[in-house]
Amino acid sequence: MLKHESIEKHVGIMALLIILVISGGGLAEIVPLFFQVSTTKPIEGLKPYTALEMEGRDIYIREGCNVCHSQMIRPFRAETERYGQFSTANEFVWEHPFLWGSKRTGPDLARVGGRYSDDWHRAHLYNPRDVVPESKMPSYPWLFKNKLTGEDTKAKLELFVKFGVPYTAEDIETAQDKVAGKYEIEAVIAYLQSLGKKHSVYNNKR
Amino acid sequence: MSPFWSAWISIITLAVIFGCTALLLSTRKSEKYKEATKETTGHEFDGIGEYDNPLPGWWFQMFMGTIIFSLIYLVLYPGLGNFKGVLGWTSTGQWEEEVEFANNTYAPVFAKYAALKPEELLKEENRPGLLMGQRMFANNCSVCHGTAATGAYGFPNLTDKDWLYGGSVETIKETIANGRIGAMPAWGSVLGEAGVRDMTSYVLNLSGAADVDQEAVARAKPQFQALCIACHGAEGKGTQALGAPNLTDNVWLYGGSYEKIAHTIRKGRSGAMPAHKDLLSENKINLISGYVYSLSNKDK
Repeated sequence: MLKHESIEKHVGIMALLIILVISGGGLAEIVPLFFQVSTTKPIEGLKPYTALEMEGRDIYIREGCNVCHSQMIRPFRAETERYGQFSTANEFVWEHPFLWGSKRTGPDLARVGGRYSDDWHRAHLYNPRDVVPESKMPSYPWLFKNKLTGEDTKAKLELFVKFGVPYTAEDIETAQDKVAGKYEIEAVIAYLQSLGKKHSVYNNKR
Repeated sequence: MSPFWSAWISIITLAVIFGCTALLLSTRKSEKYKEATKETTGHEFDGIGEYDNPLPGWWFQMFMGTIIFSLIYLVLYPGLGNFKGVLGWTSTGQWEEEVEFANNTYAPVFAKYAALKPEELLKEENRPGLLMGQRMFANNCSVCHGTAATGAYGFPNLTDKDWLYGGSVETIKETIANGRIGAMPAWGSVLGEAGVRDMTSYVLNLSGAADVDQEAVARAKPQFQALCIACHGAEGKGTQALGAPNLTDNVWLYGGSYEKIAHTIRKGRSGAMPAHKDLLSENKINLISGYVYSLSNKDK
């Protein structure tokens, strides 16, 4: 019989019991997901990011866009009316790290690709209030000055191959040429326009 | 889910719940005193001892309550591997119910107005339909065209009567559904910098600007006749079939100052209206078209 006293007075037993109880949650809820088809098999027709989109994605992370913008549409009507089909796990199999986010100061961007023109994105990223007067998003004017060298692009793609993303040898060889000399804004817009457009399984009608 | 993982989840989940229950019951059973007592546990730190009281009843009952709750929950809802729960609840199912409820509630109201010709929305008795269109415009279009549809630099004002592609309801619907891509070529390398400046004067002169250098206008005229009339027309009044703007009015999408016009001629412009046929249902496009049409036809 386990006495309260013996647990309280033996820190080893106490630690063991705590570990057992806490790990129960992770073992039952998280570990099985590593082995499910629904979370490990990419959605049909999923295409990897191009070199330029990959650089845009890194700028997106660098500027902290994911802090205010989520990329996961939840299965509620209010969300699917506004953003389109709710997100599913198999859309994110090649996302490392995923950018689902947990807070929306701005709108969800999971399916923003094709919603606005490139010109709009330029105007909006240069100064959001030029097109949306009530916006409180920061301006990102330096994206229009900084140019990409592409010196790390090849290494990034190679790393993603290790994660299981099917880049071809040609993709990797031409990666630097495809981004070198481009402005950062071009990469960010290429990335934004690709969101939700990397496969065509869902009908995104609102 | 494979039987292995289903069993894995079920066993761990139940083991944790029953393990906690066993721990709670066994420590409670082994308590020395069953009532509040003045006896202490015997250890003392800095002169502070601890009464050897049993677990408070309310605390114990709440703990048992959470355990009972979790077991009932696991019977009703999916939680144990492949067991779907007695209620058959799924998050997708809940979403489908929400959508169905909304469709049943709003669809008849919606269908009544969406079935109307957009121009009929202007009638007073159809005002609710127009307001629906306005709301959808605010949700989908105002980001570029502005909440009052007055546009912004590079994004057309929809409240004036000046249309790039035409202002009939059919054309508006076509524009929304299939999008538009503007195609003003860059003439900088063809005209040369001096030619661009002359052409700027020519265009300013077309729109009736004062103080235009007439010599420059005369120099640019043959070039305009050779290069620009295919889209903008011999008189510069534009061609809606091509989305080429009328240059003789004083409405400028990209600014009407000397420098802005020179830039447009030098570098070209390629504004894009995204196609919405894959984003919005036909009913919604209908209502939005009616609203947009109403903006410049309020007097009808």
